[in-house]
Amino acid sequence: MQSTGTGTTRGLGLLAIVALAWVVVGGLVATPRDVVQGESVRIMYVHVPTAWVAYLAFVVTAVASAGFLRGRSRSLGFDRVAGASAEVGVLFMGLTLVTGSLWGRLTWGEFWQWDPRLTTTAFLFVTYVGYLAVRGLDGAPEQRARRAAVVALLAVLEIPLVHFSVVLWRSLHQRASVLDPGGDVRMDGLMLFTLFVGVVAFTALYAWLVLHRSRVAALAELAGRGELARAVAARRAEAGA
Amino acid sequence: MLRVVDFRDVVATLDGWPALAGLSCAVERGEIVHVVGPNGAGKSTFLRACAGLVPVRGGSASVLGVDLVRDRAAARGRVGLLAHANGLYLDLTAREHAAFWARAVGAAAGDADLALAEAGVAGSLADRRVGRMSAGERRRVALAVLLVRRAELWLLDEPHAGLDAASRDALDATLRRARDAGATIVLASHEAERASAVATRTLRIAGGAAA
Amino acid sequence: MSGRATGRAGLVRAVASRDLRAEARGRVVTNQIVPFAGLVMVTFAFALDREDVLSRAAGGLLWLATTFSLFVLVQRAFALETADRALDALRVAGVDLGRVYLGKSIALMVQLFALECVLVPVAVVLYRVRLDAPGAVLLVTCMVSATAGLAFVGTLYGGLTVGGAGRETLLPLLVLPVVAPVLIAATRATESALRSGGAAVSEGWAWVGLLAVFAAAFGIAGTLAFGPLVDE
Repeated sequence: MQSTGTGTTRGLGLLAIVALAWVVVGGLVATPRDVVQGESVRIMYVHVPTAWVAYLAFVVTAVASAGFLRGRSRSLGFDRVAGASAEVGVLFMGLTLVTGSLWGRLTWGEFWQWDPRLTTTAFLFVTYVGYLAVRGLDGAPEQRARRAAVVALLAVLEIPLVHFSVVLWRSLHQRASVLDPGGDVRMDGLMLFTLFVGVVAFTALYAWLVLHRSRVAALAELAGRGELARAVAARRAEAGA
Repeated sequence: MLRVVDFRDVVATLDGWPALAGLSCAVERGEIVHVVGPNGAGKSTFLRACAGLVPVRGGSASVLGVDLVRDRAAARGRVGLLAHANGLYLDLTAREHAAFWARAVGAAAGDADLALAEAGVAGSLADRRVGRMSAGERRRVALAVLLVRRAELWLLDEPHAGLDAASRDALDATLRRARDAGATIVLASHEAERASAVATRTLRIAGGAAA
Repeated sequence: MSGRATGRAGLVRAVASRDLRAEARGRVVTNQIVPFAGLVMVTFAFALDREDVLSRAAGGLLWLATTFSLFVLVQRAFALETADRALDALRVAGVDLGRVYLGKSIALMVQLFALECVLVPVAVVLYRVRLDAPGAVLLVTCMVSATAGLAFVGTLYGGLTVGGAGRETLLPLLVLPVVAPVLIAATRATESALRSGGAAVSEGWAWVGLLAVFAAAFGIAGTLAFGPLVDE
């Protein structure tokens, strides 16, 4: 039986575990509470990294989709990475929205703010759910890959437009107070370091997940090809050819 | 002389299942080939593969000199496929269809009228909406479209199905005229006697390969 | 073999006039979709109840009703293509799908604009708003540019979601996030035009600028993307 683990994934996995352990210890225990927000600032150690990874996943999907469309041979490898990144990205976007929502609730008493970053992230989330739905439509593999790649690139066009519109929209409503729970947090060295470790941890986790997921997809395709050869032989045998 | 269709050991899949499992055949210019075989043999898939609509997963396939494995969209425009549906708009008249396709392919407006006449769409029929036509009349309009497009290779899937005797005769006459004008025709049909009356050769397919 | 020697606009015009002619004969928009949109506007009044809320929200409600109608219009535009597999015929014929896209978008724009021309008086009457000359100019410009953006996006994703099990329901999910900027900008511009939100007319023109940029961006993107998206 084949495994999708290699030296790279084991290294990444180890890095992720170690870094996450630090974040847990550091985030929950070692770092001080914030002057203004108190203990609730600790959500930042999860929220900021997941937001970063969500946007990273979006960029990776877009780049992989562009790579797929540009390459002459239309190698499906790019398509697998795009799909894997989108699946993991949707997960992290969901986490970002949930943690951001909780943080807002603890800090400002509201689960939701119509601030541009949160709203755009919500749109990104829905757009990627749509992208995954398009990936699930029927058709030949190259056809599906090409369709998905085009939809991903259209999302690259759409998201900045959405963000810009929402920024303009919210600027009408003269909110002088900081719309971002993290805006007034003053960070000391340890907090900054823990945050940085958090970013590294979640990025490693993201890479680990994407590598495994795209390899699984590659194995599935190989299995499909093997099946095809058997199916061809079976069909010919049936016909007595 | 370049073969119009040249398939060698072609494997083509529909959703992963090998509808064509090693089909080898060749069609020369000016032939009218009758493709015959049981249900599920792969006749429709063969026609769609020639039209570049089905990806080729194995073997080599070329249509009108174009390598389908490398770029199956390149031969489109020179190929006409007429399957169970006719590709028409129910609210438009035959004349409007012919005029639209003439504009779409850059043909002269007069070609549209000629094509209608050759396909047997004459007089008041030309100005009737497709939605109000019988199956046979709609088929004639679809053939007129193929004529306007000056397709070099005609792929017809069960063209006689659902037509009355007069329409079938008209269809055969149109096919012969098209062949005389230089087109190559491949038609899949269950109706053995009907098809062999107009065909120059028969190709048997079973189990996704030539039988 | 006569080549694709038609002028650039030839195929686009042919597709647009074909779609519009089909509508003129079938009358689905006038008999079904316009009444539907009017009904949506009335239903908003039931849901929102208070007249001051209604007149302040008039701009937004107008564009919401238009967006919902867009889905139905797109389904209709592509139902024409799938009824007898006409789009397949275009594909097999190797016709330039980018131009087919432009033609269909233009036809959709015309129908959508006609719909909006009916909805504006309905809004004025039902939601008790008023329209003066400078506001009217702003409103019409807003309608033109918003309609273009909506039509370009609708036609693009409509091609993708047509004809197949479980596909049509995908259309709103894909289209709504993308047309959100149109909804935001068109509503603000309309509120300026109707003076309902206390906004000046001059602000409205800035939003119209955004609408124009959006329409141009998606017009170009759609022309390039439609073929690869729809091709088999």
